[in-house]
Amino acid sequence: MPKSGAQIFVESLIEQGVDTIFGYPGGAVLPIYDALYDAKIRHILTRHEQGAAHAADGYARASGRPGVCLATSGPGATNLVTGITNAYMDSVPLVAFTGQVVTSQLGKDSFQEADITGITLPVTKHNYLVKDVRDLARIIREAFYIATTGRPGPVLVDIPRDVSAGLTEYEDPGPVNLPGYKPVMDPSPARVEEAARVILAAERPVIYAGGGVVNSGAHDELRRFAELILAPVATTLMGLSGFPGDHPLSLGMLGMHGSKYANYAVCECDLLIAVGVRFDDRVTGKLDSFAKNAKVIHIDIDPAEIGKNVRVDIPIVGDVKRSLTALCERLKAKLPGAWQEKIQMWKKEYPLTFEENGRLKPQQVIREIYKATKGEARIATDVGQHQMWTAQYYTFTRPRSFISSGGLGTMGFGLPAAIGVQVACPDEVVFSISGDGSIQMNIQEMATAVNYDLPVKIAVMDNGYLGMVRQWQELFYNRRYSYTELRNPDFVKLAEAYGAVGMRVARPEEVAPALKEALAVPRPVMIDFVIEREENVLPMVPPGESLDKMLG
Amino acid sequence: MRHTLAVLVENNPGVLARVAGLFSRRGFNIDSLAVGRTENPAVSRMTIVVEGDDRTLEQVTKQLHKLIDVIKIQDVTVDEYVDRELVLIKVNAEPSQRGEIVQIADIFRARIVDLGRRTLTLECTGNEGKIRAFEESLRPYGIKELVRTGKIAMLRGSRYTGVNGKEDE
Amino acid sequence: MEITAAEALVRCLEQENVEIIFGIPGGAIVPVYDALYHSKIKHVLVRHEQGAAHAADGYARATGRVGVCMATSGPGATNLVTGIANAYMDSVPLVIITGQVNTSQVGTDAFQEVDITGITMPITKHNFLVKDPKKLPEIVKKAFYIASTGRPGPVLIDLPRDVASSPIEFQYPKEIVLRGYKPTYRGHPTKINEAAKVIRESRRPVIYAGGGIINSGASAELRQLAETISAPVTNTFMGLSSFPGDHPLFLGMLGLHGTRYANLAVTECDLLIALGARFDDRVTGNLATFAPQAKIIHIDIDPAEIGKNVRIHVPIVGDVKKVLQALLPLLEKTDRSPWLKRIEELRNLYPLRYERKNGLKPQFIVEQLYQLTGGDAVVATDVGQHQMWVAQYYRFKRPRSLISSGGLGTMGFGLPAAVGAQLGLPGQPVILVTGDGSFQMTIQELATVMEQGLPLKIFILNNQQLGMVRQLQEVYCAGRYMAVDFKFHPDFSVLARAYGISGYTVSSEKEVAELFPEVLASPGPALVNCLVYPEENVSPMVPAGRGIHEAIEWGGD
Repeated sequence: MPKSGAQIFVESLIEQGVDTIFGYPGGAVLPIYDALYDAKIRHILTRHEQGAAHAADGYARASGRPGVCLATSGPGATNLVTGITNAYMDSVPLVAFTGQVVTSQLGKDSFQEADITGITLPVTKHNYLVKDVRDLARIIREAFYIATTGRPGPVLVDIPRDVSAGLTEYEDPGPVNLPGYKPVMDPSPARVEEAARVILAAERPVIYAGGGVVNSGAHDELRRFAELILAPVATTLMGLSGFPGDHPLSLGMLGMHGSKYANYAVCECDLLIAVGVRFDDRVTGKLDSFAKNAKVIHIDIDPAEIGKNVRVDIPIVGDVKRSLTALCERLKAKLPGAWQEKIQMWKKEYPLTFEENGRLKPQQVIREIYKATKGEARIATDVGQHQMWTAQYYTFTRPRSFISSGGLGTMGFGLPAAIGVQVACPDEVVFSISGDGSIQMNIQEMATAVNYDLPVKIAVMDNGYLGMVRQWQELFYNRRYSYTELRNPDFVKLAEAYGAVGMRVARPEEVAPALKEALAVPRPVMIDFVIEREENVLPMVPPGESLDKMLG
Repeated sequence: MRHTLAVLVENNPGVLARVAGLFSRRGFNIDSLAVGRTENPAVSRMTIVVEGDDRTLEQVTKQLHKLIDVIKIQDVTVDEYVDRELVLIKVNAEPSQRGEIVQIADIFRARIVDLGRRTLTLECTGNEGKIRAFEESLRPYGIKELVRTGKIAMLRGSRYTGVNGKEDE
Repeated sequence: MEITAAEALVRCLEQENVEIIFGIPGGAIVPVYDALYHSKIKHVLVRHEQGAAHAADGYARATGRVGVCMATSGPGATNLVTGIANAYMDSVPLVIITGQVNTSQVGTDAFQEVDITGITMPITKHNFLVKDPKKLPEIVKKAFYIASTGRPGPVLIDLPRDVASSPIEFQYPKEIVLRGYKPTYRGHPTKINEAAKVIRESRRPVIYAGGGIINSGASAELRQLAETISAPVTNTFMGLSSFPGDHPLFLGMLGLHGTRYANLAVTECDLLIALGARFDDRVTGNLATFAPQAKIIHIDIDPAEIGKNVRIHVPIVGDVKKVLQALLPLLEKTDRSPWLKRIEELRNLYPLRYERKNGLKPQFIVEQLYQLTGGDAVVATDVGQHQMWVAQYYRFKRPRSLISSGGLGTMGFGLPAAVGAQLGLPGQPVILVTGDGSFQMTIQELATVMEQGLPLKIFILNNQQLGMVRQLQEVYCAGRYMAVDFKFHPDFSVLARAYGISGYTVSSEKEVAELFPEVLASPGPALVNCLVYPEENVSPMVPAGRGIHEAIEWGGD
């Protein structure tokens, strides 16, 4: 019996194990929505397609399964662009489906037509325009395969309306066959051998771990590896939950707003073991002084990352989990020595601190959230100062518990991402830590949270500024605060207008009781934390400086 | 340093845009680019001449590999290879000068493909050096129009750039 | 004297008489914001960059000037994409400035790096990545020139942070040369003569006028043409407001949700005079039965539009105003009373209509707004059913008084566009008519309304669902409603108050009559949540694939 493209779409998704789609309907996806009407797939209607993309992204980061979003042609598709780019920069497996005008209308500037495959060329791992319904099943299979294997990333599939409405005799497309795409999973034994030799010889090793650890599910292996060679572990923002923050070997985050001890350790190490990272500019600071006395081992699944920004002595292309397993087999336990002592000394001498002066400090709020959730919450952040304070003061202990926009730095990611996280983890506590600038960007998704009874807790670090930009203007532009001050809505009333619980906290002693109350309510809660307005994120490596030149 | 890359790609719509976009996005410079079908209709071959040091070239190669439609990349410059380019030149040629120009054409084994009242159109194939020399020889007469195909290249001997990666027979 | 390229940019903008920039600062664009600190150019801080693009777009549509918006690299830039695509589809002149990471980091996936020139390639008229600070003034000049001339459109300038901070000798170029860009303004005289001849010979002409009339400022010429040759005028959606809505020759909008008499007039005409229009699929319906008896004259500034979708008998490439000015002297006053009588007949047989029962009807609200404002307000809309009701029931008097997203159909355009329009036209009444779905998409810009103290009046035609999609599902999916019912809505009037804006709710004609005059007369911003009958359809409607003469209708008797 012939099947429609839309039916094939639904069956292909079910075959891929998709249980949830985040989306927004429209004319060009009408046939697909009609097929979804009978499907056993949950559809979450967001209030803007950007929310759908970020929610799918959050869902993927929390669950490790591909996130799926769906939008109509034209503005629906272009509204996904930021979300797709965000997933691309952070290597998140996402499959974005867009409707398109009928094939005969393509290229004619038809109503709600946008060349979304052209637009997303630079920001997808791959994309497809499906021109024939007979190709649809194969393409969807390939899309999921590409999105989830190798270095994960977003794949977009653009489906014209006549293709989703078109009929074909369904034939199973068989296993994926892509001659141009063969990710390397197993590391070269010779390289592993070489790396093991260098590790055993090193006196001052540091592990620099990133999002690749989380993506590959290698947190146990990383821990075993670090404990074996007694190397301290500094993580990137993306790697934060890849290594337990309360482990004695943890250095916390390195880089621009990293801990002093992490940055000092990297500066003085003689061996840098880079695991699933990409030597981003926010991590390395001035490149020629980054780990300048160190040999560099770089383990990554993406060969293009190796040698992109820094010279690497021993490149290992492969899956992080498999590579670490192979390495551990060739290593023997080391004993603590002077290096480990020095690290402990730095940690004592240069702890992360902030001034407690009786006014409400954001750092204190984050610490209280940590205490109130016993470190077990899933935390989704937005972008800006609050994101860095969260990275510094919430101690993450299990993988996929920190959900944040790293590479693209997308303000507005937090709330929809938290919604996706809560959908993926219905029984867990999910916090969205945000700023007053960021939260407004996708505030409409409050309606989604309330609509689907997702009890996300939203903490707004409200300083009446675009705080991070203000901080830069303070430090590098002589305090000329050009258009960074915000006049805000009344967040408590706003929350209430959305049918959520609104609370306001302005004094330090109110924080803990408010959090307790918020956690006790099985509904979305928004807490407006009126924090000290001109608090800065410190320490800070000024842009273009080396990591040991920290302010604060 | 210039490198000549032989890039085998799936013959899909948009593949040229993907490759061109990659070069522009990553700030790599393309010297010339020629595309055409191969012995296998499902596969196209691009010959890309890239300017850059070894590190740039390494990035170019790795980034190209990330494109799903790119099947294989080979830097033919590191090996023995033949390369050719074709140029068409329309040059001023008063009747009195035609003899000289025909002689120049003979030296370069170029052919006269068209004749105007005051112009000659010549076709020449060869490697880059030859094409350059040919162009220089005609410059004094006044070049009205010039068009080049971009370089294409192939490994010498029995070695070849094939989809299955088997390179020697 | 040397100044930074960022300061030079601000001076360039001053030279171009830019009065307002819409934007949000961020790391990569901080040098430009620093230069803006002392400038007399007003900067409007929006709450999402999409709002910046739409506000600049609304400003441009309302004033006819170039709209300018600004964002940082990465997400700032990608957040503009919908707004840029929207302006591109509707030929709106925009100059967009984005920050970019340092040139040495371009192409390395640096923090907040995105290839925005690559991304916007398909949706800008042109774009630039500035690599040499010395070239910046020339690039800015080119950008304004390209955006505002020929067929207008958005132009993007991507400015890396290090380039913006570099010192240059500033001089704003007087002239620029663009070898590949020379728009044609004057129509070909032979073709104009031919058009005059065809017009003289026709007995049943119809003028089909689009957004090109507004862009070229040709409303007076359009009216003169219509009155001279006694031809009825139908507008595309984009063309609405170019011809007086209360003029006896006006047929209203044609196409998918056009009046039946406009669609039938086009079907029966022997000459279709297409002015600044592009034969969009929403206008023509099934092409095989579109104006089947007509010769077609097509006047457009964009040669690529001519012959793109339909065969043209007399193509004239040129600025509509200039072409009409050349054409009008060749025409004499003609009486076509049999044809106009037929038009009256169609108008009486197939009027626009709706039933005033089952509670508050959205059409009624639009009619009330028309009557209370006398058609003098600038009306911004979002996208969906309410947009079509505005097109059908509000009679626009002056060009540029309808601000709406036509080609891209962008839900969420309305509020920020209204903000831009109000800032461009201070002192004039600006109304936003929106839907409950659309309004939520860019609702954060209520903060901008509050911050700027704009006296904007917002009317939400709230049917608790995505009405247009629901209507399509009713027609095409046998009423299997999927993902169109917002099971939950915020209380919009309370929400407005959270932003310091007066908020009201109405659900009956009586309440409308009591409240609307007061709201429209109030000096500050106000929002009215109008709870309308949820199942109302936009009528008439041409089903997909049908000819425009085959519309179906709901309501009436």
